[in-house]
Amino acid sequence: MKRTNRIFTILIFIFLYIPMAVLIVASFNTGKDLTEFDSFTFRQYTRLFQDRTLLKLLGNSLLLSVLASGIATVFGTIASVGIYGLKPRMRRAVMNLTNIPMTNPEIVTGVSLSLLFVFVGTRLLGQRNSLTFWTLLIAHITFNLPYVILNVMPKLNQLDPALTDAAMDLGCTPIQSFFKVTLHEIMPGIISGAIMAFTMSLDDFVISYFVSGMDFITLPVEIYTYVKKPIQPKVYAMFTLLFLMILALMIAMNILQARSEKKKAASHAAQV
Amino acid sequence: MKRIISVIAVLALLIGCTAALSGCSSADETVTINVYNWGQYIADGEDDSLDVIAAFEDKYPNIKVNYSTFDSNEVMYTKLSNGGITVDVIIPSDYMIARMIQEDMLLELNFDNIPNYQYVDEAFRNTDYDPENKYSVPYTWGTVGIIYNTKYVDEADVTGWELLWNEKYAGKILMFDNSRDAFGIAQYLLGYDVNTTDEAELRACAEKLAEQKPVVQQYVMDQIFDAMENEEAYIAPYYAGDYLTMVEENPDLAFYMPEHQGFNLFIDAMCIPSCAQEKEAAETFINFLCDPEISAQNLDYLGYSAPQSAAKEYMDPEMVASEIAYPSEEVLAAGSSFAYLPEETSRLMESLFMEVRNG
Amino acid sequence: MRKNNSVLLTTPYILWMVAFTLIPLGVVAYYALTDPATGSFSLTNIQDLGMYLPVLGTSVWYSLVSAAICLLLGYPVAYYIAHRTPMMQRILYMLVMLPMCMSFLLRTLAWVGLLQDTGILNRILGWLGIGPVHMIRTPGAVILGMVYNYLPYMILPLYSTIVKIDGRLVEAAEDLGCNGVQVFGRVILPLSMPGIISGTTMVFVPAVSTFYISQKLGGTDTVMIGDVIERQFKQGNNPNLGAALSLVLMILVFICTGIMNRFAGANEEGGVIV
Repeated sequence: MKRTNRIFTILIFIFLYIPMAVLIVASFNTGKDLTEFDSFTFRQYTRLFQDRTLLKLLGNSLLLSVLASGIATVFGTIASVGIYGLKPRMRRAVMNLTNIPMTNPEIVTGVSLSLLFVFVGTRLLGQRNSLTFWTLLIAHITFNLPYVILNVMPKLNQLDPALTDAAMDLGCTPIQSFFKVTLHEIMPGIISGAIMAFTMSLDDFVISYFVSGMDFITLPVEIYTYVKKPIQPKVYAMFTLLFLMILALMIAMNILQARSEKKKAASHAAQV
Repeated sequence: MKRIISVIAVLALLIGCTAALSGCSSADETVTINVYNWGQYIADGEDDSLDVIAAFEDKYPNIKVNYSTFDSNEVMYTKLSNGGITVDVIIPSDYMIARMIQEDMLLELNFDNIPNYQYVDEAFRNTDYDPENKYSVPYTWGTVGIIYNTKYVDEADVTGWELLWNEKYAGKILMFDNSRDAFGIAQYLLGYDVNTTDEAELRACAEKLAEQKPVVQQYVMDQIFDAMENEEAYIAPYYAGDYLTMVEENPDLAFYMPEHQGFNLFIDAMCIPSCAQEKEAAETFINFLCDPEISAQNLDYLGYSAPQSAAKEYMDPEMVASEIAYPSEEVLAAGSSFAYLPEETSRLMESLFMEVRNG
Repeated sequence: MRKNNSVLLTTPYILWMVAFTLIPLGVVAYYALTDPATGSFSLTNIQDLGMYLPVLGTSVWYSLVSAAICLLLGYPVAYYIAHRTPMMQRILYMLVMLPMCMSFLLRTLAWVGLLQDTGILNRILGWLGIGPVHMIRTPGAVILGMVYNYLPYMILPLYSTIVKIDGRLVEAAEDLGCNGVQVFGRVILPLSMPGIISGTTMVFVPAVSTFYISQKLGGTDTVMIGDVIERQFKQGNNPNLGAALSLVLMILVFICTGIMNRFAGANEEGGVIV
């Protein structure tokens, strides 16, 4: 039973990784056809670094997702602390509001935001150019917020009220006790929320596709148009580099996490 | 606390990097123009061609080009009419230009800024779509025909547009993913006028197209390049210029114009839409593309035909001699161009096509 | 004092969410109820919806099938991961999450390269003397694309619930004479219900509204509701009909998730993938 389960899991992982392997192999291909490997080359990588447009779009994507996830993290953490202190009924209502963008299909969110921006910008404010970087940023913050809140809320719920009480007894103001105790306790939730928001933002295609205008588009939106015309293999090179980057990031996070857990276990043991 | 600081440091670093990458330091008098063009429709430096946009930016260092692409006139029109964006240069086809003039979506050009207009051939002036030469400067022209793979398609079957309905090649036929080109083919096949406004005729065309759907592999625009070159599909209607690009990758491809039924002759021209913000820079860009030398290098790569005979001097002689890029007068006489359709007719055609696609 | 603070801290958030989630939906409704050509109030878009019922049916059917397949494939994997050492769990969790961070457009495109008639799989089959097998542009290919893209969304919540199941309950059940199947059916499965529900929702919602997967892997007859909406907005020059279709899709999804949440019992605070 255990053996078959292991084999099954391995098969599923192969299934998950085969398409990525295809893309990575294709990034070393001289030809442009995904299905036929001509010969090995690094040329696609040099081409990638000569391509100003692709690099700029990658920059756009990073800028947008860093800003959106950063703002959403601060904003969402503050909101979570507020929601935590609300009366249960209010709290339920706000959480329902938070769940709307989570359960709404992305395409509906994208469509509704783009209609809103055009409606307000063009019809109400009489502006010619209403789909800009700022509207895209608003859209990204909006769909990032729930991820932050849903990560921070459980940590707040686990919070031991005695800790803040103790801090206040020791002479902290409520604000000091928030920064010294609460924030420290909910930090893992904030970090995982921020990371989740960042990756969601970075890889978002559907919402950006509907909300972005001409001036500022992101890499996934451009990749969608690449997919309608013959794709240039340097895109595979970019995929490979991003894959390595995210892999490195995840490994680093894992090591950090493992260390902090070990530390926690050690300090816990010491206390006992 | 240390962790917070390190997180903030990482964030600051990331922001720094991205700011550097996206290069937001250029605050001096450069203007940016948004150019919105068909996909695969400008030489971009691939295959040793001239990178036209880079050449433009080198020549005019204070104008930056923000280039994006659409895959059909209808996509471009929809994007502009949905609003909320600003575009400085577009390159639509004839019938779409006529429609946009009619709907006040184009600005009149200042030809003082476009001296290279003098090179445009007489044949491409005073056209039906822009009779007074006020709104557009021709970019290329060409024909629509059937591209097929001689390895798989029996020459005996290549008799006309009905090849696209041939069940023998079911699942290997591609079809246009835009209403006007698709309806055009049905109209040539059924013997209707391509500029008909008759609702019954349009509905008959829609029926004909729906009849074709089971044999169609996919409705595509520029995905056609990969599909035909890889032999994933064998038959597709498309533009002559793109055939010339494809045949370089796959020499088994052939091009056929059904002269007895008629085919589309189109002109694509550069225009400035009414949502433009940098009109003068846009005119500079249009003028640059009209330069015979630039145009020649651009069209050598694109395979489309030049509206300025002056450009032919600089072009690859093989291209100039090509029967497909520059068909004889007799062949051209069999073609017809798409003209302006009234608003209701355009909408009807679009919604009928959506029904064919979605049904 | 404290209560006031809470309201103060929450107000900007509530305003933001109302402005950018509720009001936009109102704008969608407004567009859905206006005529595309004249801009006046009309019910034409709503009347046109009837034509798209079959498309809606196909979309729901495909996404239910792929959610079911994801559950069948994902459960054993999640169970396996949950019973590794903590170190191994972290690594495997990361490996499940990694594909979610990579461009799903390109990964789907890789499937086109694998499945097409002249694709990689058919080449391999050709060497083995089989085929070519027609795989792409069939409903199966669309479902495969959905399963592939959304399987991690099933595995992660399943893992999170399974890993929390108290081992002592299993032991107790065994002590009371349950065999393996009974333990699974009476203890483990009911306790993993929240994970099953949230995993199914997280697969179903994006699957039912996708347009990219069906455009790339589907044929001319596998049109999904997302395709239709995308085309109305980007090509068909009829955002009003697109808005009406979006409303229908949204209502459909809310009904489906509502039913599923009923199954799970009241489970606020979300905690979806967390």
